[in-house]
Amino acid sequence: MVSRTTDDYADLATSGCVALCEPAFWAGFDRGSVEGFRDYFRQLTEYEPRRAANYGIKHYTWLCINPKESEDTALAADVISIIPEFMDCPNVLGIGEIGLNKNSRNELKVLEQHVDLAAQHDQLILVHTPHLEDKHKGTRLILDVIKNDSRINPERVMIDHVEEHTIGMVLDAGHWGGMTLYPESKCSPARAIDMIEQFGSERLWWDAACDWGPSVPLAVPRTACEMRRRGHAETLIEKVIFENPKQFLSQCNRFQVD
Amino acid sequence: MDARHKLIDIAAFLDRVERAEGDSDFRMDAFRDAIKHLEDGGNDRAKDVLMAFSDPTPEPIAVAPGKGACGAWPGEGA
Repeated sequence: MVSRTTDDYADLATSGCVALCEPAFWAGFDRGSVEGFRDYFRQLTEYEPRRAANYGIKHYTWLCINPKESEDTALAADVISIIPEFMDCPNVLGIGEIGLNKNSRNELKVLEQHVDLAAQHDQLILVHTPHLEDKHKGTRLILDVIKNDSRINPERVMIDHVEEHTIGMVLDAGHWGGMTLYPESKCSPARAIDMIEQFGSERLWWDAACDWGPSVPLAVPRTACEMRRRGHAETLIEKVIFENPKQFLSQCNRFQVD
Repeated sequence: MDARHKLIDIAAFLDRVERAEGDSDFRMDAFRDAIKHLEDGGNDRAKDVLMAFSDPTPEPIAVAPGKGACGAWPGEGA
């Protein structure tokens, strides 16, 4: 939400949104120093919760250095070293969105460091899977990294941006899967509902991007409308858009929604 | 109507590519391979189309060439 205006908070509140979680993200350019990340983490843990609270929305966040910035392994190590300073902030849910971008060796190395950090501090994990042609391979590599760390409980890991070619392997590994609703890439509302119809509603949720690129903050309620139009029961819709996220996120005791 | 609209958009895109001048784009080869899956039976067309664009190699690459993805795997050594 750091790249959105307060109008989006107002629209989300009007649509019935009671809480949101914002992963640490790439700024559209590489940050130049660890101090730049410290400022960003303060924005996520101090300023954004206050901005959201003005609209009655609880703001939660995830911390990491994004995979897009993992080629600079020295900077990544410095950033990972300051994350524990923020872990006790009341709106921090865990480590994320970590993962891979182009599936490089350095990205894998930084991913392993993030997973180790999460294991050391018993944190939930939110994983970004790569884009387009890199998604299938990257998802498989990510699942291998997590599987190889026996300290990680698969049910405490959300693998985000699943699509038809990756959702099966994510659920088979025991993780949660997120379908990210975007106007052009990743997943459309129609396909997201198709996947619920094909794979069921267990350990799955939808999320909307609110970033600086083309994205639709209200994509989740709009997809709920489409699901309603297809004739699905309100109980199923409620499960996908509220109960499932609540069940996963409540594994962090700082997450509280009624 | 929605699917009809999208299908005509794809047809018009292919016509536009035919009319265009310049070098070929490897992504069009992947696109044409992907289109073939629309005629498949079963319930895996979306998955198969996605796989037609995907990098099939198992190992991580040495260094990320940039930040973005381009839509289709360019092949080994590209």
